[in-house]
Amino acid sequence: MTSILTNLFDGVAYGMLLFVLACGLAVTLGLMNFVNLAHGAFAMAGGYVCAVLVNRIGWPFFAALPMAFVASAVIGALLERTLYQHLYARSHLDQVLFSIGLVFMTVATVDYIMGSSRIFIKLPAVLQGQFDIFGVGIGRYRLMIIVICGLLTVGLQLVLSKTRFGSRLRAAVDDPRAASGLGINVPQVFAFTFAFGCGLAGLGGALSAEILGLDPYFPLKFMIYFLIVVTVGGSSSITGPFLASLLLGIGDVAGKYYVPKVGPFVIYTIMIVILIWRPNGLFGRTATR
Amino acid sequence: MNNRIAGLMLAGAAAALAACPAYAEDTFKIGLIVPMTGGQASTGKQIDNAIKLYMQQNGDTVAGKKIQVILKDDAALPDNTKRLAQELIVNDKVNVIAGFGVTPAAFAAAPLATQGKIPEVVMAAGTSIITEKSPYIVRTSFTLPQSSTIIGDWAVKNGIKKVATLTSDYAPGNDALASFKERFTAGGGEIVEEVKVPLQNPDFAPFLQRMKDSKPDAMFVFVPAGQGGNFMKQYAERGLDKSGIKVIGPGDVTDDDLLNDMGDAVLGAVTAHIYSAAHPSDKNKEFVAAYKKAFNSRPGFMAVGGYDGIHLIYQALKKADGKTDGDSLLAAMKGMAWESPRGPISIDPETRDIVQNVYIRKVEKVDGELYNVEFQTFEAVKDPGKAKK
Repeated sequence: MTSILTNLFDGVAYGMLLFVLACGLAVTLGLMNFVNLAHGAFAMAGGYVCAVLVNRIGWPFFAALPMAFVASAVIGALLERTLYQHLYARSHLDQVLFSIGLVFMTVATVDYIMGSSRIFIKLPAVLQGQFDIFGVGIGRYRLMIIVICGLLTVGLQLVLSKTRFGSRLRAAVDDPRAASGLGINVPQVFAFTFAFGCGLAGLGGALSAEILGLDPYFPLKFMIYFLIVVTVGGSSSITGPFLASLLLGIGDVAGKYYVPKVGPFVIYTIMIVILIWRPNGLFGRTATR
Repeated sequence: MNNRIAGLMLAGAAAALAACPAYAEDTFKIGLIVPMTGGQASTGKQIDNAIKLYMQQNGDTVAGKKIQVILKDDAALPDNTKRLAQELIVNDKVNVIAGFGVTPAAFAAAPLATQGKIPEVVMAAGTSIITEKSPYIVRTSFTLPQSSTIIGDWAVKNGIKKVATLTSDYAPGNDALASFKERFTAGGGEIVEEVKVPLQNPDFAPFLQRMKDSKPDAMFVFVPAGQGGNFMKQYAERGLDKSGIKVIGPGDVTDDDLLNDMGDAVLGAVTAHIYSAAHPSDKNKEFVAAYKKAFNSRPGFMAVGGYDGIHLIYQALKKADGKTDGDSLLAAMKGMAWESPRGPISIDPETRDIVQNVYIRKVEKVDGELYNVEFQTFEAVKDPGKAKK
């Protein structure tokens, strides 16, 4: 019984992590209709920024986390202005080729600068180990992930549904032409959203170093996972990707625990079944574009 | 003249020339194919370092020939290995190919070694069957059954009754598992849980939880050298160290290269392996000191495999009196014995595989650093994978 709860806990933590990593992609892919395969590169950038700050310069871990967000967001904003915006109107194939090229360049660059071996971020003692609640083993680090990601999710949902920026973004997505006719600066809204999504990915990258491992091949290794989250979740809201992440996280952990022989295939099976049942994802709207 | 000799070795086109292979070739070329990028890069870097160190110490001229090492990076992808080996043999006309960070890479080059009649010196890959893939393969690393059978015997004798196993799901992992299981169960031990993890595994958590819940006395672990750090971290995070489940296994998981960064959770892990940087011989102390001075890091078993590999090539060339054709070199390599930093080793003349001591070691803190401290020696272990046949 207790191991079920421990697994559930691990699965939720893993799912939350996937969500933070992938929700930026849900925005670019789903809302802005841009196929950005380089999303993982921003996550990796955040991870490496955090690692360098903590391991080499000696910043405390909790101070370096926000910096991972800021650094990735800034890089995201720069690239959006200089490169991405030229490709918004291009075909999806061009976007795929462009972003996958970007991924390979990032991999090579990071490999050259940081070396190819996996790196770890030095954690404060508070975050290490596990404690027991009624016999259920709770990893401290994973608990922190759940707390941070949970707060972020609630915050994002509130911003999207309650604030002025949220309604502008939704308007810009629903009908860019009408929105700009109403005086909304659509490119600016998109740029900001893009940067924010990159920032979230950066934060996710920093958080995932401990669990998923951080090396220069991160963007390639986890690209599939991000895409699964977005396709399964659908992209009309952030609730979809959120639930999809949780489902995949729990499914992956439970699969590896209960049927270790086929464990790695479980999430792909889940994806296939869901997509047969609902081709637009769990919460997808029927294809409008 | 260069072209003439190498062309001979390749195609055997000019059979008449075979009578006079002693035509002075001035350089002796070694094609070194190792992963310098990618997940296995640490292997390649250690081997490359060790070879540079050896050549610094011993000069670059043997039997009147200048040794030239041509380094190629295959990123541990067998397709690359094959292409690079072919280029080295055909274009660069190398006399020996060496390196091979992973088993599939060693396999990929084997047919080329056979066709080109060129010795293939395997310095890292550890699957038992490798040396049977070509009569030109010689190994200076180790085989996984060598250490896994020993740790199986040791576990039985030291009161470990129930073991859960966690091994990476590829050839060396399966080799390690099979040979450990055979010895351990033959001695009356019980395997309570058997998990194979994917080679590219991001998260050990669910597998480790399963280990923990099966409540074994110890867990037998094989993960490739680079993954040991991640594994030990999660082992500690999950509190397996506190629940008294010991880590045992072949020494890849506590590779010297990464050991010092693993943290105190790894203390007490017992492994059987062929080399520890803490091996208490003068030869090793000298080697470790020189390596640390030159590269500012600690040599691991991959570095020793490279160091011994280049030594073998040097000695073979010397013994063959400067004859550079594959068959003479191979004949010289067979049966050669010497004192390596890891202890006394030799090349089995029948299997061309390495015969060496296997040590049981425990991770301890020495002068504030983590080391595998050897406490028991099994002498001159042949590869059990082949001894059976």
